Amino acid sequence: MKILVSAKRVSDPNAKLAIAKDGKWIEGDVEYILNPFCENAIECALQIAEANDGTETVAIGIGDDETARFIRQGALARGIDRGILVSADEEAIDSDLIARIYMGVVHRENPDIVLLGKQAIDGDSNQVGQLLAEYLGWPQATFASKVEVSGGKAIVTREVDGGLETLEVTLPAVITADLRLNEPRFASLAGIMKAKKKPFDELEIDDLDLEDTDTKVQVVGLSTPSGRKAGVIVKDVEELVQKLRSEARAI
Amino acid sequence: MSKVLILAEHDKGALKKVTLNTLAFARQYVAKFGGSYDFAVLGHNVAGVAEALRSYGAGVVHLVDHADLAHPIASAWAKVLADLAKSIGADIVVGPASTTGKDVLPRVAVRLGAGMASEIVSLTDGGAFRRPMWAGNLMGDVKITTANKVISVRASAFDAAEATGGQSPVTAFASDAGLATARVKFVSFDGVQSTRPDLTEAAVVVAGGRGLKDKFGAVTEPLADVLGAAIGASRAAVDDGFAPNDYQIGQTGKVVAPQLYFAIAISGAVQHLAGMKNSKVIVAINKNPDEPIFKVADYGLVADAFVAVPELTAQIKTLRG
Ligand SMILES: Cc1cc2nc3c(=O)[nH]c(=O)nc-3n(C[C@H](O)[C@H](O)[C@H](O)COP(=O)(O)OP(=O)(O)OC[C@H]3O[C@@H](n4cnc5c(N)ncnc54)[C@H](O)[C@@H]3O)c2cc1C
Ligand SMILES: Nc1ncnc2c1ncn2[C@@H]1O[C@H](COP(=O)(O)O)[C@@H](O)[C@H]1O
Repeated sequence: MKILVSAKRVSDPNAKLAIAKDGKWIEGDVEYILNPFCENAIECALQIAEANDGTETVAIGIGDDETARFIRQGALARGIDRGILVSADEEAIDSDLIARIYMGVVHRENPDIVLLGKQAIDGDSNQVGQLLAEYLGWPQATFASKVEVSGGKAIVTREVDGGLETLEVTLPAVITADLRLNEPRFASLAGIMKAKKKPFDELEIDDLDLEDTDTKVQVVGLSTPSGRKAGVIVKDVEELVQKLRSEARAI
Repeated sequence: MSKVLILAEHDKGALKKVTLNTLAFARQYVAKFGGSYDFAVLGHNVAGVAEALRSYGAGVVHLVDHADLAHPIASAWAKVLADLAKSIGADIVVGPASTTGKDVLPRVAVRLGAGMASEIVSLTDGGAFRRPMWAGNLMGDVKITTANKVISVRASAFDAAEATGGQSPVTAFASDAGLATARVKFVSFDGVQSTRPDLTEAAVVVAGGRGLKDKFGAVTEPLADVLGAAIGASRAAVDDGFAPNDYQIGQTGKVVAPQLYFAIAISGAVQHLAGMKNSKVIVAINKNPDEPIFKVADYGLVADAFVAVPELTAQIKTLRG
């Protein structure tokens, strides 16, 4: 079996963000981390590989040269077998093109499972896995909190509004990871050493035989939302009740 | 002129309010760009949902009722919805950014060659779609450059649209999910049983955090009972098993904006704030005065929740007689 898994770099959620001069993305001089949902996807891929002998795992990141570090340290050092970097200016492309880049890589690699995060915590779009599944004509199981693979099928429990849904998808399929899927492991020192020698391909979008590289959605401007001001600290429950009643008229 | 197709959300045969929040967006869109809107009701035994939508001013309520659509399998729903959009010439498909909408709508976009924008909170004067990014720390204005468009709407950002009277016709559309269901099988649904209002519909939300530990229910339920409130939770409370996943509020859970929000033993991490900071009135009860939740709270009470919340519950009860 072969699993393709994502390694996307995102700005640290605790970083102070500044809007870039062109107003279309953030200033780049912030801390970056591996997208937390990709960590869950990577852990899931490793667990499936450990349970199924002969499984090959491949991590893919789409971005600039810096992204390579996150593929190596976030995926290969944890135990993923190979890495692929597709060079792209992430700020200038949209979810649709990301999904088509994935499709191009899927056509080269022929994986049985593509494991992505349910969303990227910078753009918060929650689209790429679903777009990719439709481009490929594959079934999908998004927002996974449990994945079991056997006999060419995956049984996936999904976190949805109202509770937990379980689907059975016939492979090949796209699965997107939610945060409760697993506890991502840490890379060991040996893993970090090994990662440096693992196979690593660098591709250009042009290598992927896409029909075009047009985007469909553009960020035309960013702004800071109007913030909330801190209110008052009340001294006890009685004052809280009184304020909620007479001032806020909320109860 | 635009033709908007709105995906209706329902649960066990009942229309969900998020559909009306989504309609509010569609009406704004039509007011700005001209045109009309239709509803799409997909499912099985859902004629009642279509009936309930007839008084909301749609050109047509399209009903696609088929056993294949009993569960919202994304590949099947997307095919049917895209087929319907093509057959009526809709150039924009919109739905709530619920887990169903998030699952289905991107696939519709691919089928229509459309660009998609997620979790729209408003239309800008310049006609761009505004959406929160980076956990709501920044707002992004996005332009969709394709003729066809797909939008998921953040329900909490729009007041539910009112009925306008009138009787839109209900038209059956033949489902042809066909092969789109072939490789997916619905196995089971483990639903949260609750008699409380839906989190995304409630006027009051009582949310608890990790600090409540295994007393999560004992602390939040009596207060929710006296207020007729929904119960929500931080991710940490869900992770630790004190509350079901359906309760999670935040960047990766539900987004709510009730009249009144209680954050009890919740620290106020950015990811949690992303899901509740647009609530009208926020009350924070936390024993640590330095927590970031107090920076967004209208009323902060520094106290032990195990003591303060039962006291609060009792006082509100007395007040209400
Ligand atoms: C990618 C990503 C996505 C995330 N998405 C979400 C999300 O959607 N929603 C979400 O909520 N979080 C999310 N998180 C997690 C978030 O970062 C925080 O870890 C989480 O919100 C913390 O939950 P908490 O406030 O309940 O727990 P803690 O941070 O542990 O806080 C517990 C609080 O309880 C207080 N407390 C303890 N005992 C008492 C007592 N007896 N009385 C009063 N107060 C008490 C403490 O002072 C403290 O403030 C996400 C994180 C990541 C990385
Ligand atoms: N630049 C990228 N490189 C690799 N994977 C990506 C990239 N962008 C998005 N993804 C994957 O797609 C998922 C969903 O992203 P999004 O739809 O942008 O929220 C992410 O969790 C990643 O798994």
